Amino acid sequence: MRQSYLSIQGVSKRFGLFAALEHVSIEIDKNEFVCLLGPSGCGKTTLLRMLAGLEQQTTGRMIVDGREITSLPPAKRNIAMMFQSYALFPNLTAAENIAFGLQEKKLSKKEIAAKVEEALDMVDLSHAAAKYPAQLSGGQQQRIALARAIALSPQVLLLDEPLSALDAKVRQKLRREIRRLHEQFGMTTVMVTHDQDEALTMADKIVVMNHGEVVQIGTPEEIYNTPLSPFVADFIGAINFFSNSSFGHPFTDQTKLLAIRPEHIRILEQESEYGIPAHISELEFRGAFYRIFLRWQDAAGQMSEELLTLDVLAQQARKLGLSRNKKVWLELPLENLLAFEQSAATLQERG
Amino acid sequence: MNAARQATGKTMQKWLISLVIVTLGVSVLLPLIQLFSRAFYDKSGQFIGLNNFVTYFSTPALSQSVTNTLYISSMTTVIAVTLAFLFAYALTRSGIRGKGAFRAIALLPLFAPTMMHGIALTYLFGNQGVVTTGVFGMLPFQWSIDLYGPVGIILAEIVYVFPQAYLILAVSLAFADYQLYEAADTLGAGNWRKFFTVTVPSIKYGIVSACFVCFTLSFTDFGAPKVVGGQFSVLATDVYKQVIGQQNMTMGATVGLLLIIPALAAFIVDRIVERKQHSAITAKSKPYRIKENRFRDFFFTLICLCVSGFLLLMMAAVVIASFIKVWPYNLEFGWQHYDFSGVAGEGMTPLWNSILVALLAAAIGTVVTFIAAYAIEKSQVWKGLRQTGYFLSILPLALPGLVIGLAYIFFFNNPDNPLHGLYGSIWILILANVIHFFAVGFITATSALKKLDPEFEQAAESMGISQIKVFWRVTVPVCTSAIIEMAVYFFINSMVTISAVVFLYAADFKLASVSIVNMDDAGDVAPAAAMSVLIVVLNIIARACAEWMAAHLKKRTTWSNQEKGQVA
Repeated sequence: MRQSYLSIQGVSKRFGLFAALEHVSIEIDKNEFVCLLGPSGCGKTTLLRMLAGLEQQTTGRMIVDGREITSLPPAKRNIAMMFQSYALFPNLTAAENIAFGLQEKKLSKKEIAAKVEEALDMVDLSHAAAKYPAQLSGGQQQRIALARAIALSPQVLLLDEPLSALDAKVRQKLRREIRRLHEQFGMTTVMVTHDQDEALTMADKIVVMNHGEVVQIGTPEEIYNTPLSPFVADFIGAINFFSNSSFGHPFTDQTKLLAIRPEHIRILEQESEYGIPAHISELEFRGAFYRIFLRWQDAAGQMSEELLTLDVLAQQARKLGLSRNKKVWLELPLENLLAFEQSAATLQERG
Repeated sequence: MNAARQATGKTMQKWLISLVIVTLGVSVLLPLIQLFSRAFYDKSGQFIGLNNFVTYFSTPALSQSVTNTLYISSMTTVIAVTLAFLFAYALTRSGIRGKGAFRAIALLPLFAPTMMHGIALTYLFGNQGVVTTGVFGMLPFQWSIDLYGPVGIILAEIVYVFPQAYLILAVSLAFADYQLYEAADTLGAGNWRKFFTVTVPSIKYGIVSACFVCFTLSFTDFGAPKVVGGQFSVLATDVYKQVIGQQNMTMGATVGLLLIIPALAAFIVDRIVERKQHSAITAKSKPYRIKENRFRDFFFTLICLCVSGFLLLMMAAVVIASFIKVWPYNLEFGWQHYDFSGVAGEGMTPLWNSILVALLAAAIGTVVTFIAAYAIEKSQVWKGLRQTGYFLSILPLALPGLVIGLAYIFFFNNPDNPLHGLYGSIWILILANVIHFFAVGFITATSALKKLDPEFEQAAESMGISQIKVFWRVTVPVCTSAIIEMAVYFFINSMVTISAVVFLYAADFKLASVSIVNMDDAGDVAPAAAMSVLIVVLNIIARACAEWMAAHLKKRTTWSNQEKGQVA
């Protein structure tokens, strides 16, 4: 078996009867950027804190570059973490914050100063060296925290929801910034996020978690295009679920749950061979596209109770003259149709 | 009609603010000005500039007191803050058992007049003390410390200021962002480095503030040096000797001005610190997590046991001594010291007087401080005057009781003063107490009012509901727990205080604390102990009532919250 760089093997964490993590195993390659993605309470932060050594696992092992770190204290792990609140020491300047960890290593003052300068330069904040955290903006604090973590040249960099405290514009910018730094230095990075856009745009590999378990691991494209469960399909991006019997066409197995993403549904003005008759019940203008909600006509000629969601580019929507109550035909391309081994009943239960 | 209502609301606000400023002006500012100016005149009313101070500092017998007092206060501050820090750290940052009990014991001295700490030391370390005599010769060794003098005063002051320092430090230690500790962990910092780069910076303002409070309190305390000071003179006892003993008012005023200096410095520092202390804690902060560490817990349990053991020993000494027939010759128990008729204390009357004064001070003080806080916090008119009002309201923090007492003599004893009639009555005692403890009540009320969304008033205004109605139906009910807290604070402090009232009581209306001093002076130490015990018992009852009321109230409000939830 190929030895991966960072290996998490069967890690569990229990608080009394509650299992925060249930037998989690993840293999991460060197220089990979991995996102742990999941709803709140899914255990992703616990896993990250365990990697940092801030939390003890109940069972399982963790290995970095062939060295077992399972029971090492945080300081001995050579893993750096960036905290959600940044955790910059308010009484130290930006430069002193970055120097803090370096001072624990046996380096000369000169070396420390050089490394601090390099780190500040890297995040483009050399001019803020002498400022205190309270004098910096949220985005600047975030970059200093990042520089502090990277300055230690750790084997693994951990990021705990690094962008959650920032407003949307700054967040976009810092996503690219973090990504750029990753490409430049190639640090193996594990980032926790609950924001699917963040995970899709930044990660080389996404680990989707739910209820303390890993539900899927894959590249952003794999996760988005071929989700292995309705949960993953629903959690990442928008999707329509329907039971197979909804339409007149018996596609495959009747017990399977079908799903399709809104942008994959084709909309036609005229009847076609596989076209399903439907009419528009609502339109939402979303800028570049319209999100359209429709009711379709089933085999018996009845209008469906449920609504189907689909996205149409604004230009196309205007060309088709889409409006409320207009009758249209829908085509669901087979190659984009997802099928899950799960009944409609469990879907409803899942809410 | 709405506009008319608004106008009446504004008029009422203006009236309230004016009332607050006039009241505080008359009861704080004018007396202080009197005191200040006295220090610059001679006995015949001639202006002599700084001559009084020159005389003071060139009289060795007097200026010695300055050095003495500085020595007492510095020692007290260093020891008390160190102990209080360890104690507060143990209770907030370690996993020791019995935190509730330790905390209760640490706060016990707050219920006692400072004379009581002196009396306790007398029974423990005095000439006939338990420790000095080796438990009345029952132990093979004896241990005598030179109690009457600096040692006794410092010990008593440490007990007196310890709970104050503990409270301040416990509050600052309670707030921490645990992520800073975790960040330091991942960056490889050891325990000492974490302590000095994370813990100390986050509580430095608390330490500064605790130091100033301890210094000021021990600098101006009168009770303890009176009982265990011996021939060691300090400023507070000097003032008393000058004013009561020698009727030398100008020299009294001069010393009074010296007394105010550290308090004023503390006041200014506190204002600055107050402004800086914010912003340290954000919504993203995580509370401190106490990790398991047997050795640390063992160490801190030991410290807490020592400190609270000593505090309990002090309390127990007084309680037991008050029941012993003739210390140390007849160690049988008896109630005779609780019959105050035969001693200098003049029976039970002083205790009833004290209760009356404390109850009235609590009632009046709570109402006045709450209204003052309301007028200043919730009005929209006259910003400048409101700031003046705020300043006057917290100024009493900088005024030691002795200074208030002195200033009131000068101000109210003046026959030309239309308020001269107050002098010698019960009302001047109540006024002195209300003003002495005004600032804390005011700050409690202000912070309770600050929590109340200002949109309440605006919403009411927009619906055309009068401000008075909102005040009664919303503001007061929401602030009830703060109001209870204020009332019990006024009561307890009025029961134990000696400094302000020692100058102001009338010969036919003595207070319990005054009678303790008189009995102790006359050598009736056991009855003085008994009176102290009664004060402590009453204060504990008052505190227990307040806790019960607060708990009762909490239960009622959560119940009504639940009901509201169900409707929604």
